Amino acid sequence: MPTMSTPSELSTLIFGRLTLDQLPLHVPIVLGTFAAVAIGGIALLGAITYYRLWGYLWREWFTSIDHKKIGIMYIVLGLVMMLRGFADALMMRAQQAISFGHSLGYLPPEHYNQIFTAHGVIMIFFVAMPLITGIMNFVMPLQIGARDVAFPFLNNFSFWMTVSGAVLVMLSLFVGEFARTGWLAYPPLSDIVASPDAGVDYYIWALQIAGVGTLLSGINLLTTIIKMRAPGMTLMRMPIFTWTALCTNVLIVAAFPVLTAALALLALDRYVGTNFFTTILGGNAMMYVNLIWIWGHPEVYILILPCFGIYSEVTSTFCRKRLFGYASMVYATVVITVLSYLVWLHHFFTMGSGASVNSFFGITTMIISIPTGAKIFNWLFTMYRGRIKFEVPMLWTIGFMVTFVIGGMTGVLLAVPPADFSLHNSLFLIAHFHNVIIGGVVFGLFAGINYWFPKAFGFRLDPFWGKCSFWLWLVGFWVAFTPLYQLGLMGVTRRLSHFENPSLQVWFVIAAFGAFLILLGIVSMLIQFWVSFRRREALRDVTGDPWDGRTLEWSTSSPPPPYNFAFTPLIHGQEAWWEMKRHGYRRPVTGFVPLHMPKNTGAGIILAGLSLVFGFAMIWYMWPLAAISFVALLATAIGHTFNYQRDYNLPADEVARVEAARTALLDSHG
Amino acid sequence: MADTTLPLSSGGTTEPLQFHVAEEPHPPNGTLLGFWLYLMSDCLVFACLFAAYGVLGREYAGGPTGAQVLELPTVALNTTLLLLSSITYGFAVLEMQRNHQRPMMLWLTVTGLLGAGFVALELTEFAHLIEAGNGPQRSAFLSSFFTLVGTHGLHVTCGILWLIVLMVQVSHKGLIPANKRRLMCLSMFWHFLDVIWVGVFSFVYLMGVLP
Repeated sequence: MPTMSTPSELSTLIFGRLTLDQLPLHVPIVLGTFAAVAIGGIALLGAITYYRLWGYLWREWFTSIDHKKIGIMYIVLGLVMMLRGFADALMMRAQQAISFGHSLGYLPPEHYNQIFTAHGVIMIFFVAMPLITGIMNFVMPLQIGARDVAFPFLNNFSFWMTVSGAVLVMLSLFVGEFARTGWLAYPPLSDIVASPDAGVDYYIWALQIAGVGTLLSGINLLTTIIKMRAPGMTLMRMPIFTWTALCTNVLIVAAFPVLTAALALLALDRYVGTNFFTTILGGNAMMYVNLIWIWGHPEVYILILPCFGIYSEVTSTFCRKRLFGYASMVYATVVITVLSYLVWLHHFFTMGSGASVNSFFGITTMIISIPTGAKIFNWLFTMYRGRIKFEVPMLWTIGFMVTFVIGGMTGVLLAVPPADFSLHNSLFLIAHFHNVIIGGVVFGLFAGINYWFPKAFGFRLDPFWGKCSFWLWLVGFWVAFTPLYQLGLMGVTRRLSHFENPSLQVWFVIAAFGAFLILLGIVSMLIQFWVSFRRREALRDVTGDPWDGRTLEWSTSSPPPPYNFAFTPLIHGQEAWWEMKRHGYRRPVTGFVPLHMPKNTGAGIILAGLSLVFGFAMIWYMWPLAAISFVALLATAIGHTFNYQRDYNLPADEVARVEAARTALLDSHG
Repeated sequence: MADTTLPLSSGGTTEPLQFHVAEEPHPPNGTLLGFWLYLMSDCLVFACLFAAYGVLGREYAGGPTGAQVLELPTVALNTTLLLLSSITYGFAVLEMQRNHQRPMMLWLTVTGLLGAGFVALELTEFAHLIEAGNGPQRSAFLSSFFTLVGTHGLHVTCGILWLIVLMVQVSHKGLIPANKRRLMCLSMFWHFLDVIWVGVFSFVYLMGVLP
């Protein structure tokens, strides 16, 4: 770029509104972060190059269409982004703990606003969603006895689109700025008049690109569950986790288009100058709020339902009992799925839609607690007289039950419209939704990771560090968020970077200490991964069934072969593997047949990379680059459809070789 | 759940249960179901745009009303073209099922031309509106009008592009099962756009010209 202050016409054409001023050279915190990320990134890339891992990564992971590998990559993405999202959380807690009276804290307001926006966006879209999708991807096809998902290439493409969205959000930290609007970017604050810079555009394009991935993955997993269950597995014989995955993917397919539409309309307002949500020429900002919550409320059930499934599997395995009330669990899940569409307005009772509308949405909201309560009782009755083993996944489950019930009760409090009028946008609300999302979703994901880790990698996670992580998280959560309930009841609103009243400070200091405990919990989990890797021989699981499980995924080896099952299982009841064990099933060692397998392809990562370039060009008004990348995107997609050779036959000899190795391994361990 | 426990409760039987199938089963292809699901999600995008039009369709902001700017004769012609293109796609599918490649290609060409005529007419309508200063920026009504109708037109354009690509692929590979499946997907897409257009025609144009 020739000049910084007055860019020439050519540089405007090429770089749009991106100038050197947009680099955060004057913000020490961001610069420090950038230095750390750059050094860490260069070290990582250097290590990959030094150990000559690029070819391996490209062939075995990046281009892989194996649902298990894609699932693991989703989980890695989610965990990495969790570190970023949690760093934001720590910064907010630190700011609020010190920014009282004359002290303005260490974050200027415009930076603080970006941090709480990024925290929300990252935690929902790039932590919770990838972790949920990853676990569904890994576990569900194994639970239904399938070889892969219905559309293996689409699966790889969906993953990389999610990565592209995450990369855009991360880029906004160093190039330009992120939105300062809160995680749902309500207009008129998010329109072009109030937010003329690139922040909201980063938000829009990151979510649209990742949203394509989420929607396609929803269609993919839904088709997989409907079409690819093993013979004999009727709907009412599916494991509960698969049921919840089914309902969650129904919700994804039925909710994400609404987000796409709402963000597209916001983008039109910003780019074209339309008047959907403007305050002039007939626009209606509350329409955005309605649309975004018609997506947003189902979204929280998209996150929680699979976790309910995880708790169900964990409870029944570690209590060594059939799940209590299977049918009621299924019906409760379906009822929640339907009701989740009838409650969106409770997010803005204060809109002024009148007593009758508010009553309707208040009542539907309270009704949701009935099927949810039924589930809690089912888990309790499964534990009742069970032989409970307090392994790490079970600890997370019990921690969830205690925490989530309280979060649910504060939710019912907020569902009462008159109460909501005084608690709306207060820290009470913040405490409530962290109570259900951490206590419900995050605990469930950690239970799931600890539960299925041995299936994915062939060795268990170290229980000591797992327990450390659990207790630090549980205690840390309550220390961090109980003060927020208290502050909310005292009338403190959300998203403030400075306070005048010194009597509030002690609560924020306690909350910051709680966040510190959670930090120790996260560190414990990282140590747990490292220690488990070092002790992998001691923690090795050769049987494929380390927990004495009940569902099909435990019937194959750990990690499973690429084809999952040498022979497609035949299902006779709800707990397929448990019944196989009860009937003394012996795995076949001869008679293998060739298997039909999908082929790896690099098209997904290339398409997602081009989408990333296109999104970046659109954010910065680099129109020529946007046009070029869009045409390239289209050409690559069309080119991919000319590839008709998408699968191959895995010869029976190869299956026999893999299975013989497993037989030898099983024999050598008695 | 009596049916789920039946095989186990009949434990007295001597015959051992089979727990795997010896031959590799062929699960039914999920492409058509998956494409249906995609269409339904796309339908929801349109539902949102219809809802936006429902909310904003009378917000003229001092600008022109629907009765002033919408030309029913043009739209009648437009609608005819699109509905006819659905029928001709139907003929193409009939020929496809009889494995008659050449007549099928002919019908597909007719379909594509009718679709292109539809898009051309729509663009002309848009150009007239914008020329007269009634672009999407003028009022919330025109914003929602342009977005709903334009999104549909964009879909038809994508359909035409897809049609061309498929015709190239059929001429290269013939009517192999993969191509037939793709033709069926595009068929669903094309008819889906027709159904959406019926909604646009009635809701936006016919009701829009009411005072």
